Parts: sequence; C-alpha cells; structure tokens
Amino acid sequence: MDWLSYSTPLLQGAWVTIQLTVYSTILGAFFAFAFGIGKISNNWMAKGVSIFFIEIFRGTSLLVQLFWLYFALPILGQSIGVDLRLPPVVAGTLALSLNIGAYGAEVVRGAIQAVPPSQHEAAKALDFTQRQVLWRISLPQAIPEMMPSFGNLAVQNLKDTALVSLISLGDLAFRAEQIRNFTQDSVTVYTLLLFMYFGMALVLTAIMKLLERSVGRWRPGRT
Amino acid sequence: MLFGIAWDTSSNWLFASSILPILLKGLVITIQATVLGFFVAAVLGLVLAALKASRLRIISWPARLITEFIRDTPLLVQLFFLYYVLPEYGIVLPAFLTGALALGIQYSAYTSEVYRAGIESITHGQTEAARALDLSPLRTFGVIIVPQAIPRIIPALGNYLVSIMKDVPVLSVVSVLEMLNVAKIIGDRTFNYLVPLSMVGGLYLILTLVASAAVRHLDRRLPKQGIPLK
Repeated sequence: MDWLSYSTPLLQGAWVTIQLTVYSTILGAFFAFAFGIGKISNNWMAKGVSIFFIEIFRGTSLLVQLFWLYFALPILGQSIGVDLRLPPVVAGTLALSLNIGAYGAEVVRGAIQAVPPSQHEAAKALDFTQRQVLWRISLPQAIPEMMPSFGNLAVQNLKDTALVSLISLGDLAFRAEQIRNFTQDSVTVYTLLLFMYFGMALVLTAIMKLLERSVGRWRPGRT
Repeated sequence: MLFGIAWDTSSNWLFASSILPILLKGLVITIQATVLGFFVAAVLGLVLAALKASRLRIISWPARLITEFIRDTPLLVQLFFLYYVLPEYGIVLPAFLTGALALGIQYSAYTSEVYRAGIESITHGQTEAARALDLSPLRTFGVIIVPQAIPRIIPALGNYLVSIMKDVPVLSVVSVLEMLNVAKIIGDRTFNYLVPLSMVGGLYLILTLVASAAVRHLDRRLPKQGIPLK
C-alpha cells in the first residue's frame, strides 16, 4: 500500500473535519455573541446565565466537556427519565461550539466595551433606544475589532476538531489512526496528516482575513 | 479498584467520596505534566523567539515557518507523531515524557510570540537613549530591554500555563494516567460516567480559577517599571 492509496480515506476524513469546523465555528459565533452581549446586559438573569456558561466552558478542558456530553449526559438523562443520548456528531459539534463560543464571548464583550462612551452618549442624546444603540452603534464598530481574534479562534477550533476522533467520529485524525493501525506506516500517515491540517488552517486563515477585510468597511470613517 | 483504592458504588455520594483519592492521584500527574510541558514551552519558545529575531533571513525565515506550522496543527496529531514516529528513529521515551514534550512543542509557538511581543513593546526611545549613553547593544538588551519586558512577559506566560493544564487530558490517548483518563477508566468499569466526569470538571474549574487568580495577583505585584537583573 503506497501513500497515494491513503488519499481516499484521508480525504473522506478531511471532509468530516471541514464540516465540523464550519458548523461549530458558526454555532460558536452565535454563542459568542449571545454570551458576550448577555454578560454586559442589565438583565441579571441573562448576565448570570452568560457568566455561568463562560466560566464553565473556559474553566474546564475541552476534552472533559466532550466526554461529559458524550458519556455522562445520557446517564444524567436516564436518572431524570429523559433520553439525552447524543450521536457523536451532535456531541462533538456542541462541545466544540460551546467551548469556542465561551472564548469568543470574552472577545465580543471586550470589543463592545472598547467602543468609546461618547458614542453611547451621542446616541442617547439622539433618543436611540438601547436596542438601537447595540445594533446600530456598538456592534458595527465593535465587529471589525473582533475579527483578528475570531480568526485565531477559528484556527483553534479547526485544531480542536481532532479531539472528536476520541468519541469515534470519523474525522481526519480518526481515519489516519485507522490507516496507521492497518499499515503500521506511522511516518507517512502522520506527516501527511500534519500537512493536511496545516493546509486547512492556511485556507481558513485566508478566509478569515477576507471576512476581516469585508467588515472593515464598518469602521467609522476618519474625518 | 485503581491504584489499590477500592470504590463503593452503593450510593452516588459514597461513590464520589471513595473515588476522590483516586482522582487526586490523577491530578498529581496532570500537574506534573503541566509543569514539565510549561518548562519545555518556556525554553523552546525562547530559542524560537531568538531565531526569529535574527537579522539573517536564512535563520529567521525557517524559524517563522516552524512556528506557524506548530501553531496550525493539532496537539493530538503532534502527540501521535512524536509517540509513533520517534521510536522508529530509535528514540523511545515513556508516554508521560512524550506527552509533556508534545505540550511543550505546541505551546513553544505561542510563548515565542509572547517573548517577541514583550521585547517589541519596549519603545525605540529606550534603545536610542541607551545608544546616546554609549551602551553596547548587548548591554542595552540585557540591562534596558529585558528588565522592562519581563513584567509584560510573565503574566502572558502564566495564561499559557493555564492553557497547558487544560490540554493535559489529550495525553490520555497515549495512556498517560492523568485525571481525565483515571475518571474514564472508573466510568468504564462501573458504567457510571456521570459522577467521575463531573468531578473532573469541578476539579478543573477550581484549578483554573485558582491559577488565573494567581496570575492576576502576580500581574499586579510585578513592578511595572521593570525588574533589574542584578
């Protein structure tokens, strides 16, 4: 078996990794905005829930979260009479997106709080509602500032997807492990694997740079 | 039974209290791996940062490429690579050392950026003033730049120490008996994953909260104007 014959299963695995990365990054961005805005909201319920989630998912290890959702949650469900058995894809996507979302939430919070207070005061003087201030004043100015950090988090998320192979999801790392068990050709398999992840990370970085440039238009013009 | 300690599955509370000493044994391994991994990352990061700062392109450019490569590939894959490929070249290390080495290599890419940013954050005015006072470049670096960069570097390194701690469970794939692996084994044998995995989560939360508080405390205590090396 030469290294070319590895390409079919590896590409199948890479496709799973790409899908996982895309879904969990998008879902993660949603959690990031929800928890990030929640943390600075005046509503104590939203604030409490956001702080709770951010602390739990930033304070523990991703692999612990993954194992907890996959192995422990069904038992918790059993004891309260609900079927909480998650398929590996769901558990993996959920753990990845909650984890990356918690890190992203701190980025969102920081960027929103970095918008100069004079902007809020001006909006208030113009009789904007709180919701309008958030959507039309704070977020458009804050999002361009979030993008470099989001780019780093997206690559982090891509790397983290490798961990889902441990709950028997057939991603790139899982396929590689299967091939290695079969052929014992560690050097070729793992070298290929490293370069495939590197290539995907470079593409992802380029996409995030494009996205960064396209939201850069929202920055206030210099007058 | 694990590490010679038996567990009691008659109730969840008795189960939890009987496996706590076992989990704490795993915790010791986790902390050992964290400290060793951090040490490797701190030293290797310094080497990478020095290479990247070189004026010779032929040295700085490969160093930059290596940093980027390490940073863009998963720890799990790097660990597998070291664990399965090094023995083929005659380097056989115990799983624990391979794991700590993988952690150190992964995080050296991050720490090298910490050193670089810390040194670059010292303004040009400082270098110019040192030159005006006729200090040699080596002395300028040793007595002017480094002492001022240290208070900026240490808290950032501390944050990576916390990150390393959270990545130690990855070492369970090469059968290092760190805390998560211990909990998983207990779960496999008792079919009760909920209690041990939740306890690991709780212990991690305590660890990271304490470590982050320590880093913040250190950040406040370090003199902002710099630490003289003598």
